[in-house]
Amino acid sequence: MSEFIKLENVTFDYSAEEQNGQHHEAIKNLSLSIEKGSFVAIIGHNGSGKSTLAKLFNGILVPTNGRVTVDGMDTSNEDLIFDVRRRVGMVFQNPDNQIVATTVEEDVAFAPENLGVEPSEIRHRVDQALESVKMSEYKEHSPSQLSGGQKQRVAIAGIIAMQPECIIFDESTAMLDPQGRKEVLETILKLKERGMTVILITHYMNEAVNADRVVVMNGGSIEMDGNPREVFSQVEKLREIELDVPQVTDLAYRLRRDGFELPEGLLFEEETIGALMKLFERGK
Amino acid sequence: MLKDITLGQYFSGDSALHRLDPRTKIILVLIYVVTVFLAKNLFSLTFLLVTAIVLVALSGISAKIVLRSIKPVMILIIFTAVINIFLTTSTDAPLINWGVIKIYKQGIVNAVFMIVRILSLIIGSSVLLTYTTSPITLTDGIERLLKPLKKLHVPVHDFAMMMTIALRFIPTLLEETDKIISAQKARGAGFDSKGLVNKAKAFLPILIPLFVSAFRRADELAVAMECRCYRGDEGRTRMRVLKYSSKDAVAFAFSVLFILVVVLLNGISTALAI
Ligand SMILES: Nc1ncnc2c1ncn2[C@@H]1O[C@H](COP(=O)(O)OP(=O)(O)O)[C@@H](O)[C@H]1O
Ligand SMILES: [Mg+2]
Repeated sequence: MSEFIKLENVTFDYSAEEQNGQHHEAIKNLSLSIEKGSFVAIIGHNGSGKSTLAKLFNGILVPTNGRVTVDGMDTSNEDLIFDVRRRVGMVFQNPDNQIVATTVEEDVAFAPENLGVEPSEIRHRVDQALESVKMSEYKEHSPSQLSGGQKQRVAIAGIIAMQPECIIFDESTAMLDPQGRKEVLETILKLKERGMTVILITHYMNEAVNADRVVVMNGGSIEMDGNPREVFSQVEKLREIELDVPQVTDLAYRLRRDGFELPEGLLFEEETIGALMKLFERGK
Repeated sequence: MLKDITLGQYFSGDSALHRLDPRTKIILVLIYVVTVFLAKNLFSLTFLLVTAIVLVALSGISAKIVLRSIKPVMILIIFTAVINIFLTTSTDAPLINWGVIKIYKQGIVNAVFMIVRILSLIIGSSVLLTYTTSPITLTDGIERLLKPLKKLHVPVHDFAMMMTIALRFIPTLLEETDKIISAQKARGAGFDSKGLVNKAKAFLPILIPLFVSAFRRADELAVAMECRCYRGDEGRTRMRVLKYSSKDAVAFAFSVLFILVVVLLNGISTALAI
C-alpha cells in the first residue's frame, strides 16, 4: 500500500497566528502516515487534539511547524488547496451545521458545483451518491424533515459526490441515537469495502474495533498506534489516559485478572462468547 | 409549534404558473406592478382585477388561500380608503357636508381605485411569484437576473448564498427557539409578563442562548463549506440550469398584450371625458 496522507514533525498552535504570547500546542511534533485504502480509527479524550489533527489532514489548518502532504501535495501550497480538499472529505459531528441547501439533492450537489463540474455530470453524481447512502427517495425533502441519522447520511452523500479518495469522520455518530449511529456506521463500513480510505474519529470503542489500525491521541501526541488487538489489550494504559475499552474486552480483562484463562485482546461479541464457551466446557 | 410556520408561503404544484422560469415570473411581476400604477380609470382597473382573478385560476391555488393572504393587509386597505374619502377635496359640491367633514364624489372614487389597486397588487404578485415559486428557485432566479451587476462588483452571488443559508436555517433556528423556551420554562421563567420592558426582559434568556448557538453554527458551517471546496462563485457551475421555454415566450406575449389593453382602456376615459 502507498502512503496517502503524510505528516512530518507537525506542530500546531492555535495562538501562533494571533501572537498573544501564550503558547499552547494542540499538536506536538507529530509524525504519522496514512496508507491508501486503509481504515484508521483515532481515539483520545476531549481536547487531545483529534479535531485539530483532522483539520490538518485536509488543509483547513496548516501546520505551524512541519509538513503535511496529501498524495504528495503540500497542504500549505495555496495553489493546490482545492485539489487537497477534493481528495480528503470531512464529515462533522453536528448534522445540522454542515447542510447548506434547502433540499437534499441541492445540498449533495454543492461540492461538485463548487468544483465546476458539468451540470449533467453533477446530476449523475448526486443520484449515485444518494443511492449509495440509501437516501434516494428523500432527494426532494427539506433537511429539516429528516432524522439525525438521515441528515448525517446526506452529509456523507455530499462528500461522496465530490469523489474523494479519503473521508474523515470527526465524531460523526456522537449526536445520533443508536439507530442513527448504526445507519451511519454501516454506511462507513460499506465505503471502506469499496476501497475508500476512512479515518474515523470516535468515542465509541465498539466502532473503533472495526478499523485496521487504531491511533490513540493524548495531549497532542500519539500515545499508541497499532491494530485494534494490540491497542485494546493494553487496558491499564488506556485507563490512565481516561479512555475506555470495548465492553467485551473489559469483561475478558477482568476475568483474566481473576485467573480465568482467556486470550488477550478480545474485541467482538461473537469471539468472546466463543472463548467463554470453550472455557466453560473445559471447566466441566 | 413555531416550526409549523410556513415559509415564503410557497404552495407546491404543477400549474402553468409553477412551470414558468423564475426569471420570467420576476419580470412579469415587475411589469404587473408598474401597470397597476399606470391604470387610472374604472375600465383599466376592472381589467386589472379580472387579470388578477385569471392568474389565481391559472395558479391552481384555491381562492380561499388567496383571500386569507389579504386578511393581514385589510387594515391597511381600510385605512387608505378612509384617508382618501375624508381628505380628498375638490371643486364640486360635497356629497356630505358636516361642517369640518366634507365628503366629495372624487374622494369615494379615489378610495375605490386605491382598494382595487392594492388588491390587484397583492393578489397578482403573490400568485405570480411567492405562491408558485419555491424560495430556492426564486433565489436562483434573482441571482441570474442580477448577474450583469457582477461586472459592477456587486456581490450578487454572495447575497444569493446568504439568502439560501438563511432559508435553510430558519426552520432549524425556530426549532431551537422552541427548545430554549421549554428549557427556560422548566427553570421557572415566565413569558406572559405585562409591559414592554418586562416582555423584552423575559425574552433575553431566549435571545442570548439563541445567538450563541447561531454563531457556533455559522462557524461550523463555514468550515464545512470550505471542506466542500467552496470559494465563492469562482468557477462554480450549477446542477439545475435555468432555461427559457416556449411557455415563457407565451407569458411575455401575454404581458405585452396586457400593457396594451391597460393603455387602451385608459384612453377610453379620455375619449368619454369622464
Ligand atoms: N479554535 C480554537 N482556538 C483555540 N484553541 C483551540 C481551538 N480549537 C481547539 N483548541 C484547543 O486545542 C486543543 C485540541 O482540541 P481538539 O483538536 O478540538 O481536541 P478533540 O477534538 O480531541 O477534542 C484543546 O486544548 C482545545 O482547547
Ligand atoms: Mg473534536
